[in-house]
Amino acid sequence: MRAWKKTVIALLALAGGVAIVLPVAAQQAGTQFMGVLGYRVGPYGANGAAFFTGFLDYLALVNEREGGINGVKISWEECETEYNNAKGVECYERLKTRNETGPTAIHPMSTGITYGLIDKAPADKIPLITLGYGRTDATDGRVFPWVFPILSNYWDAATGIVKFIGDREGGGDKLKGKKIVLLYHDSAYGKEPHPVLEAEAAKLGFELKLIPVPHPGNEQQSQWLQIRQYKPDWVILWGWGVMSATALSTAQKVGFPRDKMVGNWWAGSEIDTEAAGPASEGYYAASLNLAGKDFGVVKDVEKFVYAKGKGGDPKLVGTVLWNRGLAAAMYTVEAVRTAQGKFGKKPMTGEQTRWGIENLNVDQKRLDQLGFATMVPPLKLSCLDHGGSGLVRFQKWEGGKWKPASDWMSGDKVMVRKMVEESAAKYATEKGITAGCMKG
Amino acid sequence: MSFFFEVLIGGLLAGVMYSLVALGFVLIYKASGVFNFAQGAMVFFAALTFVGLQEKFGLPFWGAFVLALAAMVVLGILTERIVLRPLVNQPQITLFMATIGLAFFIEGLAQLIWGTNVRRLDLGIKDEPIPFLLERFDMALSGFDLIAAVVAGVLVTVLAVFFQVTRVGRALRAVADDHQAALAVGIPLKQIWAIVWSVAGFVALIAGLMWGARNGVQFALTFVALKALPVLIIGGFESVTGAIVGGLIIGASEKLAEIYGVPFLEWLVRMLFNISLTLGGIELWFAYVMALLFLLIRPEGLFGEKRIDRV
Amino acid sequence: MFYREAGQFKTTYAADQALFPIRQDRYAMLAIVAIAFVGIPLFSSNYWLTALLIPFLVFSLASLGLNILTGYAGQLSLGTAAFMAVGAVAAYNFQLRIPGMPILLSFVLGGGTAALVGILFGLPSLRIKGFYLAVATLAAQFFIPWLVTKVGWFSNYSASGVITAQPIVIFGQALDTPREKYLLVLCIVALMALLAKNLVRSRIGRAWMAVRDMDVAAEVIGIRILRTKLIAFAVSSFYCGVAGALYAFAYLGSVEPDGFNLDLSFRILFMVIVGGVGSILGSFLGAAFITLMPILLDVLLTAGSHAFNLNLEPGVTSMMQLLVFGALIIFFLIVEPHGLARLWQITKEKLRLWPFPY
Repeated sequence: MRAWKKTVIALLALAGGVAIVLPVAAQQAGTQFMGVLGYRVGPYGANGAAFFTGFLDYLALVNEREGGINGVKISWEECETEYNNAKGVECYERLKTRNETGPTAIHPMSTGITYGLIDKAPADKIPLITLGYGRTDATDGRVFPWVFPILSNYWDAATGIVKFIGDREGGGDKLKGKKIVLLYHDSAYGKEPHPVLEAEAAKLGFELKLIPVPHPGNEQQSQWLQIRQYKPDWVILWGWGVMSATALSTAQKVGFPRDKMVGNWWAGSEIDTEAAGPASEGYYAASLNLAGKDFGVVKDVEKFVYAKGKGGDPKLVGTVLWNRGLAAAMYTVEAVRTAQGKFGKKPMTGEQTRWGIENLNVDQKRLDQLGFATMVPPLKLSCLDHGGSGLVRFQKWEGGKWKPASDWMSGDKVMVRKMVEESAAKYATEKGITAGCMKG
Repeated sequence: MSFFFEVLIGGLLAGVMYSLVALGFVLIYKASGVFNFAQGAMVFFAALTFVGLQEKFGLPFWGAFVLALAAMVVLGILTERIVLRPLVNQPQITLFMATIGLAFFIEGLAQLIWGTNVRRLDLGIKDEPIPFLLERFDMALSGFDLIAAVVAGVLVTVLAVFFQVTRVGRALRAVADDHQAALAVGIPLKQIWAIVWSVAGFVALIAGLMWGARNGVQFALTFVALKALPVLIIGGFESVTGAIVGGLIIGASEKLAEIYGVPFLEWLVRMLFNISLTLGGIELWFAYVMALLFLLIRPEGLFGEKRIDRV
Repeated sequence: MFYREAGQFKTTYAADQALFPIRQDRYAMLAIVAIAFVGIPLFSSNYWLTALLIPFLVFSLASLGLNILTGYAGQLSLGTAAFMAVGAVAAYNFQLRIPGMPILLSFVLGGGTAALVGILFGLPSLRIKGFYLAVATLAAQFFIPWLVTKVGWFSNYSASGVITAQPIVIFGQALDTPREKYLLVLCIVALMALLAKNLVRSRIGRAWMAVRDMDVAAEVIGIRILRTKLIAFAVSSFYCGVAGALYAFAYLGSVEPDGFNLDLSFRILFMVIVGGVGSILGSFLGAAFITLMPILLDVLLTAGSHAFNLNLEPGVTSMMQLLVFGALIIFFLIVEPHGLARLWQITKEKLRLWPFPY
């Protein structure tokens, strides 16, 4: 063996030794520590990078602008999950004992990782916030006290989309006899809306066809030929990653009009539309938040964070997912603030934060104060309802920008609530959980 | 009936896109016996470098193309120098593993240089149904696909000429035949490998441009390699013709299976087990299963070289 | 000085055939076993147990399975994750559908089901060889998760297709702390490793190696090729199946069929190659390398950027991690194409002479 190889091996061994002995990256005591399970590489790296840049930018803003949450500085550490369930669990285990108060609340940003953590979080007393993904039936806080699918869940999205399509057709009753295709990512995520859409189809009398796209979905010739043959009135796109862009470009290729396509919020970011170029023109997407920079909070981020060179990639500012990251951080910070109102102005533990999230009330007045205005809807949570608004807002891709195409609206909330409770009750019996609200 | 032909032709054209990727595998396997798993990463790297150059320096198409090609050549030479040369004479599987390591490396490098943003790549070719065919035969065939087919045809011709006529090409075929004999007659093995990896880089660039123009330049470009694998099995690892024919077979049969096979399978399940299932998405594995059946009949692929085992 | 075998005489055949014929090896092994069973559970934090050691053991078992097939019988497979999926889903269903089913039996039956599926996909190996076979096993890799996703029965009709593993209960005792789970996994892995070590020294193990080295020659000397290959597939898939069940029950707790993807298969193949093809020890070394190295890199890069105040963007560290990991794999293959096990062997050779190398 040559000398340089030996040297490299020795260096590696040394590095390994150092890593084991090394004290964990220094955290300042007395801060509100946030554990961040992020992903910035791999097939969904672009999506993750936008979301988590926004998330961290907001935390930095709170520190820079007002010196933390009521004076308690925020510190954080990001761990790369690569959107991989096993790595996500490892990151969670790594971050959960950091600092004296633990990682506050975890945003897994992946349905798979959420499923992996649902059993672990209650045991560790760490709340999970799943903004627009994860287990839909976790909206029932009596069965899932530690999980918060805030804003809207997939079933809200599905009924919202049906409502939107109904409005375009001139009323829900006009959907009778219409044909709608659900083009979905063939995974747990893509199967989520099936029961609701089937119920909607039975109720409103439209014909529903489910067409799966195998992972990764970078080739959709046969799916779109099927759609061409079936001649649907609308296509609902339940895509993720490259699948959404491919769907748009293949729709153009077979001549299906894009303004008859409605995506959900994971298929409705600039990442999806810009990749497909002009093929995306006219495409609608349900959204949890508006895109754009015309919000006080975005201006603040540019002034307090980016101007000081502390931000992430400036190109991401104002994009759909970046704004969503901003909002996710805002709700988390507000939850901590709420908890501080009860437990005192010091770093909150996971348990205290959980109380804060459950009693979170961000009304329009507060949103205006924070500079969010109409970017996100008001949110009020309770034990019964861990979801909150259930509202979606549609945006249309026009001239290289997402523009609002509707007001905040909701689909069939009564039906969704009923199905949520049924599904949660089934889970409770399977797992032997006694449903009930947590005290304190 | 016209729908059937639409599916068939659409499938054949989709197959051409697979062939474009498969070609890169074939070139390297032919010359060095390495199953280069990093080909997908190379496609990604090439396309990303191309759009990155365009975006950052505002280069015109040809400028970016030439520079991206230069980057691929450098990458090819470095790969030969750093990865392959120390691993000469190792078993195939070790080389295969090294190329997976190389794939990780290239993916990391590409994103480190150019970032993770998804980018649009505009070649100025319209990916829309050709109006004439749409009106006359009610067939939605994209002009883009036809151009891709032409590009693939030109590429194969150029490669064939390169292999048959030029001096380097002849040396290459000699190397493919027998490394040691080639060395013995004075063919510079290392140079030949560097050339082959560079040519594979060129093919990767072309494939990257075609795929990237359709789906955007993003990490998922690395997945196109998976589509090329069954093409290789059917066509044979060593045959350029095989890559094209294999691509056509896979493309067409995959689409036909998805559209006509799925309803049949669903009917079959209903008859046999009396349950109704939605079974879409058989595309995911159909190509592999078909390749498997092919192999049972011809274990070395359609155009592969027959192997004789001797004790 | 310490590692000398001089003076150790073998007076019986049994002594000559022992698993660890050299006394120092025996002591070392005993020490390792003692540390694994007593030391680690006593002194490890929960993070080490749940996030590092349990996956390390589970992956060791899976790469042991693949190593039997690839390293000993010479059949390259890229479908390992699919066989793990079969094991996990089967164990889940045995547990779910048969009341009062002991969990350990579920694991064994899960492994058995995986073995049957393995035999099925091993059938083509009689005709197809080398890389063609590898790509053919990809058929299993893509078909099986697809089937599990499509047929709701497998996941008990859960809306999303995700399986939530039942709690582990043995003799009325629920194993729910990381320590208990670790010990359970450790027992199973140790037992199966011992079994494998003996299996590869037996008649069938020698037949596998004969087939690996030259199948035509093996056939000539009277080894039944198909049977030998199929047994290899069955045993290998059994190991992978049990590993999959442990992955679901003891490690993640919930299983998405997509989790058993090609990436996972490659990871396990990496473990085998980096650890050492055709070596039981290598499976463990490889699993340790591939599971721990990325985490180590992550910790190092994060700590490094903190220490030197580089203020790297989080994205950059992620990319660096990927890049360095790829480079390391190439580096190790160049330094020692026969894997870490071989490196260990060389070290041992040197140790015998140390400190007087001449």
